[in-house]
Amino acid sequence: MSLQPPLAGTNALTPQPAAASAHGGAEVAHFTLDNGMEVVVIPDRRSPVVTHMVWYKNGSADDPLGKSGIAHFLEHLMFKGTKNHPQGEFSKLVAELGGQENAFTSYDYTAYFQRIGADHLPTMMRFEADRMTNLILTDEVVGPERDVVLEERRMRTDNDPAAQLDEAVQAALFAHHPYGTPIIGWNHEIEGLSREDALAYYRRFYTPANAILIVAGDVDPAAVAELAREIYGKIPSHEVPPARKRPQEPPLRGERRVTLSDEKVEQPQIERVFLVPSYKTAAPGEAEALEVMSHALGGGPASKLYDALVVEQKCAVNAGAYYMGSALDDTRLWVYATPAPGVSLEELDAAMGRALAAFAAAPLDEEELNRAKTRLIADAIYARDSQVSLARWYGESLATGLGVADVALWPDRIEAVTAADVQAAARKWLGKGRVVTGLLAPAEEAEEAEAVA
Amino acid sequence: MTAHNTLAAARSRAENVQRIRTPGGLEAWLVESHAVPLVALEFAVRGGAAQDPPGKAGLATLLAGLLDEGAGPYDAREFHHAIEDLAIHIGFGADRDALSGHLQTLSRNTDKAFELLRLAVTEPRLEESAVERVRAQLMAGVRRDANDPDAMVAKAFRERAFPGHPYGVSARGELETLDAITRGDLDAMRRRMLARKDLKVAVVGAIDADTLAKRLDETFGALPAENDLTPIAPIAVQGLGERVLVDLDVPQTTMRFGRPSIAKKDPDYFAAVVVNHILGGGVFTARLFHEVREKRGLTYSVYTHLQEFDQSPMLIGGNSTKNARAGESLAVIEEEVRKLANDGPSADELDKAQKYLVGSYALRFDTSTKIASQLVNLQLDEFEPSYLDERNQRIAAVTMEDARRAAKRLLGDGALLVAAAGRPEGL
Repeated sequence: MSLQPPLAGTNALTPQPAAASAHGGAEVAHFTLDNGMEVVVIPDRRSPVVTHMVWYKNGSADDPLGKSGIAHFLEHLMFKGTKNHPQGEFSKLVAELGGQENAFTSYDYTAYFQRIGADHLPTMMRFEADRMTNLILTDEVVGPERDVVLEERRMRTDNDPAAQLDEAVQAALFAHHPYGTPIIGWNHEIEGLSREDALAYYRRFYTPANAILIVAGDVDPAAVAELAREIYGKIPSHEVPPARKRPQEPPLRGERRVTLSDEKVEQPQIERVFLVPSYKTAAPGEAEALEVMSHALGGGPASKLYDALVVEQKCAVNAGAYYMGSALDDTRLWVYATPAPGVSLEELDAAMGRALAAFAAAPLDEEELNRAKTRLIADAIYARDSQVSLARWYGESLATGLGVADVALWPDRIEAVTAADVQAAARKWLGKGRVVTGLLAPAEEAEEAEAVA
Repeated sequence: MTAHNTLAAARSRAENVQRIRTPGGLEAWLVESHAVPLVALEFAVRGGAAQDPPGKAGLATLLAGLLDEGAGPYDAREFHHAIEDLAIHIGFGADRDALSGHLQTLSRNTDKAFELLRLAVTEPRLEESAVERVRAQLMAGVRRDANDPDAMVAKAFRERAFPGHPYGVSARGELETLDAITRGDLDAMRRRMLARKDLKVAVVGAIDADTLAKRLDETFGALPAENDLTPIAPIAVQGLGERVLVDLDVPQTTMRFGRPSIAKKDPDYFAAVVVNHILGGGVFTARLFHEVREKRGLTYSVYTHLQEFDQSPMLIGGNSTKNARAGESLAVIEEEVRKLANDGPSADELDKAQKYLVGSYALRFDTSTKIASQLVNLQLDEFEPSYLDERNQRIAAVTMEDARRAAKRLLGDGALLVAAAGRPEGL
């Protein structure tokens, strides 16, 4: 049971390309059951195991006002038993069959999965279908689990100044849209979440028309289709599927800087978080241009920003960029750096500004453009080595409003990005775009900065 | 395994492993599979951070971080560009007892990928500018973790568990030890550690045995035959029954606890694996999960695992609980350890744990990189490929008598060394 927040400074959540069919891999099957549940089957016959996932198209950004954290809290409570199977029965069975299971909540989706011997797929489907509608909650299990979530929040956020800065930066970037609220929720609202809140949320969103089944592994698509119809297809759907209506950001002027200073900070850091379109909200080709731009700018030690700040100017020990393209609404692009000893955050901020301006001023040369595109397209082939990566890529794409064709066509669309596209994206979104600067500072340095200001 | 024949994979994993001996005398394990146009290679040599000289902690880690920072004709920038142009994954790391590397490539670039690996392993430049850059990155990491609760309890635990022993020193180094490392130290460490002796290699993917043998001789053939390692003395976790507190102004107490475990070659090892699973290994089924998390809501994360340093097998656990209830949390953990030591598991627990451990073994073999990594670890532990089949038989053969005996040996009188960071009450 975990959160899936995007972490500045890691590429772990970069959309993991699949597009198996586009590269001659196994054919991906895709269809919709009569009750509206979408199904994707990704055959991988190398090993006799299967990954079974059910994704719900609701995440923390759909939490009702004042009930932040309910999507994630319900995800925990989904392990507490049903009318047909008391608490622990499903988890014990998964373990006894040699399977592994878990669940995760993000801004736009919540997903449950098991990895297990392929023979046990029908059993997993029956239990997962059962808890789509038959969850039972009592105050006896809700109370301690709320304490568990509060401990999770303490562990991830309250113990860690960098995580607190991240919360504050997101809250500043999104003045109105719920992406500004942490996935796990605000502490005071988690404390007030009740059994009734959880059940109301469950009844609203947990219905076949809001769900996506992904099966990857040693399976025959026709057999999975048969099972899906028999098991999930029997569940009646709500008459009107739940809608996701989120307030969108207004245009906001004014530079915003968030400084978090804490005596526990011994290594300062800086990040600029830009508001940018996602694969779902971007004009055609624009998200792909942002993806190539982000990689060329800050995708590792061969990137332009790393070369400028770390190798050439030596004002940073690390620097990079990360585009979180998978999102239902407008999303974020991070640019971050760690100052070298003796370099102040102000100096690094200025150097970062100059590096971004230089990046936007000149188009990538042919070699730089091809290098970035080659890496991104190759990652689509590497993803085929892992059924879990493929399953997650399809799940994340479909849950954020894209189609199977978008996944299949992704490498071709990346290939089509030109240097002019990248430069246009840089000028539009890095240049005049909306940005929040976050500074993680030791206690003393922040005081000095204030004194100077 | 990435076999074409699913039934064969279910019957025998070992049969899919080809043991190769190259004309140059290197040994490697290969699982050939053309289902995906990729090749994954993992290798390791003995050594690692335990070989860092006194006052130079972090040397092996720094060396590993420098192997892909310029080699042969390429400076660091050119080397990184070459990696990116071919879309190769390449990287190196050091743990306590080994230095390891991995390579993953599209099969169409296999020859060029092996050539870059050869340069990194046999002709790293270790240029001054690269040394300074990677040293600064490691030091930034040390500073970043200076007040991180997990890093603090790890440090407090290892310093009390292994006083005066290489395992008591940070593998990544401290600010002053990283600062003391010279280019000469790096070059000497490279010559001592990177050798054909004790080189363990596993390859999975779209390459045949003859081609691989040639590539391996080209890649590693120029390494010296012999390594030159300092023997590391065996040591058991010290300080049992003690609690080391690290004051940190945070709302939650992070704990690390542990005690000596049973070596991998010990006849009771597989029974210990089963006992650990029952205590704290099973994610949603372990006793600690039920008692500490599910029943009492004391934590988000509580677990134990077996961690075998070459010279110190350990049972290690972790937990984090708000300060006010930290003492209560540890009391529950210690009670569960004592109960399992004294009474052993129930028949049902034993049966379910064995079923899980046997059934889930296949999940470790579902990607090329995971398989290659498993195969290198088996070689480091000096097992044969037959282990891949015997392992489940050994788990299944654990009797109640074995489990009780192993629980007593593993958990003893229940005394733990505990390190805690926070402002705990009742500890």
